[in-house]
Amino acid sequence: MQLFPCPFCGPRDETEFHFGGDAGNARPDGADVPIERWANYLYLRANPKGTAREIWVHMNCGEFFVMERDTVTHKVLSSAALGGEHAA
Amino acid sequence: MTRRYSALSLFKEGLAGQTGWQPAWRSPEPKPSYDAIVIGGGGHGLATAYYLAKNHNIARVAVLERGWIGGGNTGRNTTVVRSNYYYPASVELYGLAHRLYEGLSKDLNYNVMLSQRGMVNLCHSTAEMEIGARTVNAMQINGIDAELFSPDDVRRVAPIYNFSPDARFPVFGGIWQGRAGTARHDAVAWGYARAASRLGVDIIQNCEITDFIIEGGRCRGVQTSRGAIRAERIGMAVAGHSSVLAAKAGFRLPINSYALQACVSEPVKPILDTVVLSPGCGVYVSQSDKGEIVIGGGLDRIPSYAQRGNLPTLEAVIAGLLEMFPIFGQLKLMRQWAGIVDVVPDSSPIIGESPLPGLFLNCGWGTGGFKAIPAGGTLLAQLLASGKHNDISRPFDLDRFASGRLIDEAAGSGIAH
Ligand SMILES: Cc1cc2nc3c(=O)[nH]c(=O)nc-3n(C[C@H](O)[C@H](O)[C@H](O)COP(=O)(O)OP(=O)(O)OC[C@H]3O[C@@H](n4cnc5c(N)ncnc54)[C@H](O)[C@@H]3O)c2cc1C
Ligand SMILES: [Zn+2]
Repeated sequence: MQLFPCPFCGPRDETEFHFGGDAGNARPDGADVPIERWANYLYLRANPKGTAREIWVHMNCGEFFVMERDTVTHKVLSSAALGGEHAA
Repeated sequence: MTRRYSALSLFKEGLAGQTGWQPAWRSPEPKPSYDAIVIGGGGHGLATAYYLAKNHNIARVAVLERGWIGGGNTGRNTTVVRSNYYYPASVELYGLAHRLYEGLSKDLNYNVMLSQRGMVNLCHSTAEMEIGARTVNAMQINGIDAELFSPDDVRRVAPIYNFSPDARFPVFGGIWQGRAGTARHDAVAWGYARAASRLGVDIIQNCEITDFIIEGGRCRGVQTSRGAIRAERIGMAVAGHSSVLAAKAGFRLPINSYALQACVSEPVKPILDTVVLSPGCGVYVSQSDKGEIVIGGGLDRIPSYAQRGNLPTLEAVIAGLLEMFPIFGQLKLMRQWAGIVDVVPDSSPIIGESPLPGLFLNCGWGTGGFKAIPAGGTLLAQLLASGKHNDISRPFDLDRFASGRLIDEAAGSGIAH
């Protein structure tokens, strides 16, 4: 059983968390977004082997946050509230 | 020297002290160039090489495998073979695979131990029964064998299920496919390897692709741990590692990699002679020819390249198993393991040319690509040979994500993912 650090609640059981995709995958804005851009946003993923920056939601408190972790060792490297840097 | 397997060759080798058997496949040094390269020595890669040689007379082919053939998901899966899908495009694909499986032992001269013991997908409520009836109708209309089972039918094929009145997941009926069953997973890899090698294909193990050779905007070869190898057509069937290689080729895929785990019990006497899947319990189970109870379930919840699986999912699977079969509470688990599978938003595979011309994809089979190996191989071979889609592979091209023509088989494929 792994503990994930929620920036709001502290370390909690991994089963309380839900994966939300790549960090920095900003929703396209505007009226004439090309189809490919929409497809990229909706479907394409970095899916790195190693260090990944990801959006997670802690289902108990409902907060979304950015977690950096290693997808091979599952070691968590950092965890921070979303702030305005969702696109970063 | 005995090359072909038959009753007669077994008998002769018995008299000769088993001294004349040949290695099942050659292990040559890689050549500097080939007509085609297949990356990944799992079932799909090996089948692709075999059909390139057999159907298209292209035998200057190398299969390049980072570890040992069949060491990925092909050797880690729970061996269920079926074609009980919903959409016509899926039925064409998995139906082709199922038919080829039925003739595979003969075609390869290698016993893949296909055992068509039937499979039942249980329904645990009237609502699930309605969906079940809809699925059975769809399968029948698409020409796939299917039957809607009553509770008594389920009792007949799986009498040890928990039919007690206080069962948490009572049986309302089920979806039955009689031609479904299991096949020996290693034998599928080894049989294709042997047959491909005999047609001239070079199977090269311990050869990791580290980069692509890109010239004039086209893929013209690969860099490997055993040097550069060139080819004008390259196919890639590396399952859970597709994104890793795509990144080296300069594009992303609609894929997340997850661990999928399985486990087996100690061997026991025959007690379950069909495959049983319960979506409610999140478990599917069969008994191996050795007598082990083979148990599979849903995906792990966390994207991962750690080929081991995690405990909460395993606990949920075992809890579900004991809801289904309280009698299994006495069993000891012998082994647990996981494979890294490539999960696509619509749970359908990706077959087609990649954004890098000359590089073709066969990936995204997720939790269910073992049953599809003969079709995946046939279709990737045709793409490599002709550069063009077959009608069966066309709907599975990468362009479906931009066009919106998704083939959402998440429900049709049975288990949660
Ligand atoms: C626990 C579990 C249970 C499953 N149960 C079923 C089931 O019952 N029925 C079913 O139909 N499907 C099932 N599946 C899914 C099925 O196993 C896969 O879809 C299928 O085996 C994929 O075959 P493949 O040839 O594409 O991939 P693999 O067999 O994984 O082969 C890919 C190969 O590529 C190699 N590779 C990776 N990177 C590189 C590189 N850089 N260079 C060279 N080689 C590389 C790997 O070493 C590997 O050998 C299950 C999977 C798992 C994990
Ligand atoms: Zn929280």
